[in-house]
Amino acid sequence: MMNNLLDVENLWVKFPNRNGVFDAVRGVSFTLGRERLGIVGESGSGKSMTGRAILRLIRKPGIVEADHIKLDGVDLLGKTEKEMRAVRGQRISMVMQDPKFSLNPVITIGDQIIEAYRLHNSASKADAYRKSVEMLEAVSINDPERVMRAYPHEMSGGMGQRIMIAMMLIPNPEILIADEPTSALDVSVQRQVLDIMDKLVKERGMGLIFISHDLNLVADFCDRVLIMYAGRVVEVCDAKNLHEAKHPYTRGLLNSLPRLDEPSKRLEVLQRDPEWSKAPSVSGRV
Amino acid sequence: MSMLDVDGLNVWFGKHLERVDAVKGATFQVARGESFGLVGESGSGKSTILRAITGLAPDWSGTLSIEGQPIAKKRPKTFFKQVQMVFQDPYASLHPRHSVDQVLGETLHLHGFQDIDTRVVKLLDDVGLGQKFRFRYPHQLSGGQRQRVAIARALAPEPELLLLDEPTSALDVSVQAEILNLLTDLRADRGLTYLMVSHDLSVVAHMCDRLAVMKSGDIVEIMSVDALRAMNATHPYTQQLFKASL
Repeated sequence: MMNNLLDVENLWVKFPNRNGVFDAVRGVSFTLGRERLGIVGESGSGKSMTGRAILRLIRKPGIVEADHIKLDGVDLLGKTEKEMRAVRGQRISMVMQDPKFSLNPVITIGDQIIEAYRLHNSASKADAYRKSVEMLEAVSINDPERVMRAYPHEMSGGMGQRIMIAMMLIPNPEILIADEPTSALDVSVQRQVLDIMDKLVKERGMGLIFISHDLNLVADFCDRVLIMYAGRVVEVCDAKNLHEAKHPYTRGLLNSLPRLDEPSKRLEVLQRDPEWSKAPSVSGRV
Repeated sequence: MSMLDVDGLNVWFGKHLERVDAVKGATFQVARGESFGLVGESGSGKSTILRAITGLAPDWSGTLSIEGQPIAKKRPKTFFKQVQMVFQDPYASLHPRHSVDQVLGETLHLHGFQDIDTRVVKLLDDVGLGQKFRFRYPHQLSGGQRQRVAIARALAPEPELLLLDEPTSALDVSVQAEILNLLTDLRADRGLTYLMVSHDLSVVAHMCDRLAVMKSGDIVEIMSVDALRAMNATHPYTQQLFKASL
């Protein structure tokens, strides 16, 4: 039996507005072991909101409701804001989509990584510096000493994303939530970043939640996949069987991709069925 | 005579010690009605070629000709009637405080059209948006709808050559399919010529007839889409790129 790091049951994220309440995430349940769990869906399907809700990063007036979000058997919903801060970063950390908006533009990269490390570990500055350089090396940054002195704008997108990963992994979390970590990168760099994450997940036995809109990438990289539509999980399958997915939404997404091996004059356009958003969420629990 | 002739194009940024050569001696031709792709990783200079053609990169040398007419450093108004560009990020390329009507109306006005009203209506129909979107602001549109507005704006002066800078990379796959279909239809209807930049090989394979592979400012290989589909690359970098995108 797989050891569950994270157990989410019946998660709802609600945003009250003038016309009532908008449900961004509706009754999502899943468990995460020491595996790579992919969450795919279009923009607005609630996949990022699911990731944020786990860390209780939904700001007011947004409401997070769930039967439980258990991290190693402890419900995160019962924790105070102060206790949550000990969870964020240290036990569950999150890599956001765009490194440009996640790094402070007026502080050197070195100082930011050192800060991330010293916040969670009582270490001297010199130790923290050494550890940061090591971490940058671990994410395949050549010349880490120069990068430590550099400012975020001097970095390319791929380097920025690797720096973000280094920063998120330095407190050695148990779970990493990666929200579209590679969608701002191009294919060759994307591969490198994924390989680094894969290596770290394997070596450290972390659980990874990989949020992406790229079906092929998820099929290739993850172990299990949740497919989300309009805030619900419409299908759960093993990543390697994603191409045999049954739900018409998943099929539609797969068919709308242009293919190198099968040229076609026109691409298939997804026909949405309102029924999909009404059906209850499929559970992703193991 | 080819629609676009790029011969020995160099583009650089900065001066003296700071100088970065973004494009080095790029040479290729795009025939009328053809769709030509530029692929490569970020920083390889593929977007810079498009920017140099439209005049957004000030420092360049070499010869750029549109239908045999060399482009001068100062581009005349007629140039922008022939060549238009669609940018990568539909969220950043529309003025947040201008309605769709203003965006299209201003473009038409600048190009000296008289029947602006009927043309705005037609443009919106052509890109599959319809009248109800005419008085909306960009924040009231989805990413795909915004990209349709950006395409409508590029089509407003009735150009012959459309420069597409990653037109779908900011969009969902389902929306990407719609936009790519729209671009295919528009090209067939209007006999447009496309020069398209993308990092997604399957998108380029779907849209283009030929493509050039770029690496750190150099065009390393020009190949047909059939060769791409068959993964027949001669240059080692191209082979590496193919492998990475599988």
